[in-house]
Amino acid sequence: MRYGPLVFLSAFFAMGASWFGFVLMPHVQVGFLQQTNTLLAGATYPVGRPGFAREGLDVYRAYGCASCHTEQIGQTATVCDVVLEKVGTNQAVLLNALRNVRPDLSETQAKSLLDQLPQTVLQGLPKEQADENAKALSVAGSKATPWIVPVGPDIARGWGKRRTVAYDFLYDYPVMLGAERIGPDLSNVGVRQSDPNWHLRHLYAPQLDVQGSTMPPFRFLFEKRKIERGVSPDALSLPPELAPPAGYEIVPKTEAKALVAYLTSLRADAPLFVAPLSVAAPPETNAPAGDMSSTNSPATNATAK
Amino acid sequence: MTTPLPSQPAAATGALRHVPDEIDFSCRLPLLVLFLSSAIWLFIGSFCYLLASIKFHSPSFLASPAWLTYGRLQPAANNAVLYGGVIQAALGVALWLLARLGGVRAQRVTLTFGASLWNLGVTIGFLGILAGDSTGFSTLEFPRYSVLFLMLGYLVMGVCGAILFHKRQRQRTFVAQWFILAALFWFPWIYSTAELLLVVFPVRGVGQAVLAWWYAENLLTVWLGLVGLATVFHFVARLLDRELHSYYLALATFWLLILFGGWGGIPVTAPVPAWMPAVSTVATMLMAIPLLAVALNVHGTFAGRFAALKENVSLQFVLFGAATLLAAGVMKIAGVLCDAQQELVLTWFTSARTQLYLFGFSAMAMFGAIYYILPRLVGAGCASTKLARVHFWLAALGVIFLIVPLAGAGIVECFGLQNVKLSFMDVLKSTLPFLRVSTVGYLLLLVGNALFLLNLSRLVVEFYRERAAAALAIATADLFKQAEAKA
Repeated sequence: MRYGPLVFLSAFFAMGASWFGFVLMPHVQVGFLQQTNTLLAGATYPVGRPGFAREGLDVYRAYGCASCHTEQIGQTATVCDVVLEKVGTNQAVLLNALRNVRPDLSETQAKSLLDQLPQTVLQGLPKEQADENAKALSVAGSKATPWIVPVGPDIARGWGKRRTVAYDFLYDYPVMLGAERIGPDLSNVGVRQSDPNWHLRHLYAPQLDVQGSTMPPFRFLFEKRKIERGVSPDALSLPPELAPPAGYEIVPKTEAKALVAYLTSLRADAPLFVAPLSVAAPPETNAPAGDMSSTNSPATNATAK
Repeated sequence: MTTPLPSQPAAATGALRHVPDEIDFSCRLPLLVLFLSSAIWLFIGSFCYLLASIKFHSPSFLASPAWLTYGRLQPAANNAVLYGGVIQAALGVALWLLARLGGVRAQRVTLTFGASLWNLGVTIGFLGILAGDSTGFSTLEFPRYSVLFLMLGYLVMGVCGAILFHKRQRQRTFVAQWFILAALFWFPWIYSTAELLLVVFPVRGVGQAVLAWWYAENLLTVWLGLVGLATVFHFVARLLDRELHSYYLALATFWLLILFGGWGGIPVTAPVPAWMPAVSTVATMLMAIPLLAVALNVHGTFAGRFAALKENVSLQFVLFGAATLLAAGVMKIAGVLCDAQQELVLTWFTSARTQLYLFGFSAMAMFGAIYYILPRLVGAGCASTKLARVHFWLAALGVIFLIVPLAGAGIVECFGLQNVKLSFMDVLKSTLPFLRVSTVGYLLLLVGNALFLLNLSRLVVEFYRERAAAALAIATADLFKQAEAKA
């Protein structure tokens, strides 16, 4: 082993390369990440989860929920839709322009389309085409805007509005992204199902509201209690076959409530610079005065699809 | 502790000839502790896996005590098999190889102490996960309070291993020694990095997830890969009584494995800067080269000696391990190459690959080595070849009945997730038949591991009973003489 030290050092560097790449670099890049602002609304993002939800994250960890649930949404691309918002002063010109852009529409179809604005006129275009078409449709005071839409199977399934990004997990510990979708993805479960009572019932008896669910019941997060002065507001409403005997009620323990607080706090849908999407502008009353239509991301009054 | 053997210029004079017995004797106690506990943990782990798997037949099965819920049972099983079973067996085999190839006596007491510490750590960690104290990071779930025991236990054994290498009596170094030495040094590095930056002073945000993936990949692909390959290379050559086909191919495997092995494992869906999954994918692809080198080397060494394969059960185990290593590699590369990568990575396909790697490659290679080493430790011919053969078939069938359905479930789930019209519940239902078949795989593995435990304990019990009998005979010889004299 004449070259012993040299071999040792080379081996050390070869193995240390991945340490440099996947321990040091992520720490430099992600570890110093600061809060950012959401697009349009300009709100600070992310704000830490409320204290009770943070306790819930600990419950989520302790019961290994991440063994079956992921918190990562993928997206395959970002496309643009064109949304027509305002008719303007000359409907005939706009109708013409609309039929130029959408030759497949008959005149009556186009007319009825103009009756219920805002309307998505074109879908799934690259940004340049969408810009062009929006320009072609903005005639005589009418208003059409390109609308940024992330796409992919996860998003089409309704699991999220955009892909998840590093910002979504900035203040969580531990970050449990999960590795397997034995159950549905939970990145946006607070958006999909914001009713805490639904979650509590689902934890107590998963097959009740989701037919054929493979989730195990988490009955140990609840307690059976004698009704004393009056029915607790927390008591679960259960069908007769699961209901406790008369005079008793099923109430969630603090753990269960914390877990549900965490679940309902899961919403990774803010439009960010790194993961843009168009959302309905905040209502006029408390919106800032600035004209947003000149920015890249359109402000629209259309409801999200 | 280590005493160089009396014959100093060993290799030259051929004085090593009588030495192996002495070395085996010095290894006996620590290795018996390591191998027996590894068999016990494999049994416990596969039992927990079986329970977790039955939950897919009926979600309410054993749902009620909190510590038996799927989210605790499954990580507990994983860690028991990984740290208690496979890594422990690998440590034993690695230390034996270092002692035997170096021609040095092992540090009997110190190693036994280290092995006991390790087992203490695994036990505390296993119970900790069931009690709900898991750290939440995959493959690093053992709670904080068990880590010190694991780390100390490993350090004791690792330092002993390094000393064994340092005091080696042969001029020549073997391929296996390189692999093992690198692995010995690498574990404390990755383990302390992961524990310090994830548990003690946690980094912020998704940096945690990246670090946990890095650790898991380094533990499985690099650490277990290095020790497993050392075992495969050494024993395939040894059991066929030949030299390794190509020293240089083995060297290429070594360097490329340690260079590329630690970069994989970051899924493309991960909410991290895009370069990380990209680099991960490239590294996974590049791992094809060392795997190809392994295939060529093993194929060249084996050279179609099927007659030997039929006779020797150790060889069957080790070759099965080598073959599954390649299969797991192909699965991994196919996984990152296919168009549906984004959907596939978060399905059962990934866990099928990990299980193939653990139960197929690592465990099988270690079984083969242990069936070779153990009779030498206790000085008996492998008394239970029949049992070992049954174990081989159970383990092999178990791996097949586990991996094929899980991979099938993954592929079906992947197609289902891509088809947006299918509701998620329907996708889930389509995977259930596969998952239910995989229960058979876990059952076979459990029975196989039970046989392994039985086999090992029988050898050990026989050995110590004989020794006790002999000791008793010696101790009582005087008594008899005295009695005779009196009479």
